[in-house]
Amino acid sequence: MEILDGLITWFGDPARWSGDSGIPARLGEHVYYSLLALVLSALIAVPIGLLTGHTGVGGFLTASLANFARALPTIGVLFLVVMAAGIGLVPVIAALVALAVPPILVNTHEGVRSVDPGLRDAADGMGMRGREVLLRLELPVALPLILIGLRTAAVQVVATATIAAYVGVGGLGRYIFDGQAQQNLSMILGGSVLVVALAVVTTLLFAGARRLLVAPGLRAQSATAR
Amino acid sequence: MSAGVWDWSQGVWDWAAANWYFPQEPGRGIRPRLVEHIRLAYASIAIGLALAIPLGLACVRWKVLYPPLLTGVNVLYAVPSIALFFLLLPYTGFSDWTAILPLALYTLVILLPNVVDGLNQVPDHVRQAAVAMGFGPLRRLVRVETPVAVPVIIAGLRVASVATISMVSVASLVGLGGLGRLILSDGFRRQFDAPIVVGVVLVVLLAFATDALLVLAQRLLTPWARRDRRRGGPRRRRRAAVSPVGAPALESTAVAPPGKG
Amino acid sequence: MITFEGAAKHYPDGTVAVADLDLTVETGRTTVFVGPSGSGKTTSLRMINRMVEPTRGTVRIDGVDIRDRDPALLRRGIGYVIQQAGLFPHRTVLDNIATVPLLVGTSRRAARARAAELMELVGLDPAMGRRWPHQLSGGQQQRVGVARALAADPPVLLMDEPFSAVDPVVRAGLQDELLRLQQELHKTVVFVTHDIDEAVRLGDRIAVFRPGGELAQYDTPERLLTTPVDGFVESFVGHDRGVRRLSFFPARTLPLRDDVVFEDDLKVEDVRHIAAEHPWLLVVDTDRTPLGWISERSLVGVPSGIRLSELDTVPYGHTFTAETDSLRAALDAAVLSPAGRAVGVDGDGRVLGVVSQDELGAALWSVAE
Repeated sequence: MEILDGLITWFGDPARWSGDSGIPARLGEHVYYSLLALVLSALIAVPIGLLTGHTGVGGFLTASLANFARALPTIGVLFLVVMAAGIGLVPVIAALVALAVPPILVNTHEGVRSVDPGLRDAADGMGMRGREVLLRLELPVALPLILIGLRTAAVQVVATATIAAYVGVGGLGRYIFDGQAQQNLSMILGGSVLVVALAVVTTLLFAGARRLLVAPGLRAQSATAR
Repeated sequence: MSAGVWDWSQGVWDWAAANWYFPQEPGRGIRPRLVEHIRLAYASIAIGLALAIPLGLACVRWKVLYPPLLTGVNVLYAVPSIALFFLLLPYTGFSDWTAILPLALYTLVILLPNVVDGLNQVPDHVRQAAVAMGFGPLRRLVRVETPVAVPVIIAGLRVASVATISMVSVASLVGLGGLGRLILSDGFRRQFDAPIVVGVVLVVLLAFATDALLVLAQRLLTPWARRDRRRGGPRRRRRAAVSPVGAPALESTAVAPPGKG
Repeated sequence: MITFEGAAKHYPDGTVAVADLDLTVETGRTTVFVGPSGSGKTTSLRMINRMVEPTRGTVRIDGVDIRDRDPALLRRGIGYVIQQAGLFPHRTVLDNIATVPLLVGTSRRAARARAAELMELVGLDPAMGRRWPHQLSGGQQQRVGVARALAADPPVLLMDEPFSAVDPVVRAGLQDELLRLQQELHKTVVFVTHDIDEAVRLGDRIAVFRPGGELAQYDTPERLLTTPVDGFVESFVGHDRGVRRLSFFPARTLPLRDDVVFEDDLKVEDVRHIAAEHPWLLVVDTDRTPLGWISERSLVGVPSGIRLSELDTVPYGHTFTAETDSLRAALDAAVLSPAGRAVGVDGDGRVLGVVSQDELGAALWSVAE
């Protein structure tokens, strides 16, 4: 209860809601880094995944690279880029992109690869050209899996953007590191709660995107496939 | 350019060789950090697995348990690991548990859907054949369902182990973290790149070695899948190596992700 | 007209999918490629729309070497139906059918209007157009597949085992539908199947392939059943080909006698004299709908004055339609009837008369040669 009281007090402080170190500003920074990293990762990973999935070429390389990137310790990447490029947004975004690319890439590649060969055969047989097969068949059918990859990447990025604070950039991580420095448990907890809430909102947004973008025929299909 | 890279990697190598191990000071050097990293990572994975299996079994047995439990662990997964380390610090101090408890939790998050999906994956006709042959529930679980689930569980274990090994480094921010300490204390705090590179490389190598061990374990544990795979050809093998996130359960599995910070 | 001129497909590993194939598919007819698996029938079919390129030889459509055509454009002018229908799961039924028109730049509105017409043509309720493929049964999906192939009104239709994934009852319905469509549309249909019955039912001409990708016989269904060229074709066609051949002879030539057919309001004494000569009498109601058989022996000891409707009858089994059925259907009806006689009816199910096994036997003899 003591913990909960502390948390309520922390959130209830009016100063918490204004200024450069207020929740809106920190939340804004956090969302900004996360969004930037996610968009960059998607711009890198989706086209590559579509291409390797469509042609079937480079699948092994893609998988190996993704595996390698998964094993990279995020703070290692962060610190190396800080040393090379200095404190700032660049190392944070670089580390987050390294984190977000593998799930998007693998899911896009596998999503396209797993399109039923019968459908591809039908598309070829109706006279679709490669680009048409990719855009009119493979992309829409792979979309549910691509969105799951994006969502996974987004949740990870939101959680990990916390470490941005360690290299002097803002974001919700500030509360966690400052809270540790000031031995203020409520502050650490408050920052964590905000990060979790952001992650939950992200998940909900992706559920909305799925409703909006994925053809109902596919939605029902994957539901019955369960 | 290439000469520069060569000199640079030579320098990294020299540093690694010089700092590998100090017999007079067993706590110093790279080797003890590596050992510590392995200890933290493997303990987390083992505890996560030990929790995931009974929980998964319970979810299969009482289906209503699964959705709320899955939502719960997914929310936990969104908690930044650094926050969990800090929050545990007042209770567990600088003991290994500060790192192991959160990491075990993350392993559990990744493994639970795989355990449940793996156990549910037994084809209905196989289950019914087992019932018809007079297998009781327990025997069926041990003899029929668990063997079928093993490949799926190991697939989850592979993702979880890579993620955990990479995440141990974050614990360096609370003074633990095995190779992460190399990266942070010896490297970043001193603005010296060699320890960071050595730390990153060793983490990646450790992840790959662990992955190889798990593949080996799967081949030994499930000889039937091995035969199957050979028939399936190289494409299938590649597919098994990196399965898409959330693939076994498009609808409900929220995460199965690696390497978060 | 589609002509294969020494067309062959050899794979680098030495497998021969199709040996030199020389064959002409006639315009406006249904040609069936039939054979066991590995006989190259599907490969041959896929050569026509360049899904498979022959390693040797040529394929021409109306004299034009198809290698001179852009594959995508060629395929847009050839309908293509495959086994599992291959419907796009992310498109509604209507938009699935409209795929090719949309591909060639028809406006969405016009393409959908055309798609709705096609749904009716293949026997689907146009209201189904807004559904998703997974909501349809296998048979319905296959109908959509056919409609989709017909959307751009291509002169040629390639069908690769289209009906093999549905159950026999649905399959028979789809076959009927195809026969009806073909009477209306006169497409050049090339149809691949491994089922000889399906081939005989649908084909104007049948090409039987043997393992190794060789053409064993190319003939009309009737000649295929009468005079198979060799042991392979004979065994593939099946040892009951004699009976099956009866499908090609109409039942309307059979002599139907109606002097053993009686309405059920007659009395027993009215029919006794006939029963003395004929062991089985057929009882019908006043609309001449069959009710059942009564035997001569069952009349013994029955007092006069009783009406036929009060007697127990033996079920009449199933009937054949004299005008449209074949000798095979008549023979089947006779064999299955407890009286050993087949009941011939008109299109409305009214009894025209019955034919005994003896009389059927004579008719079979007459077509045997």
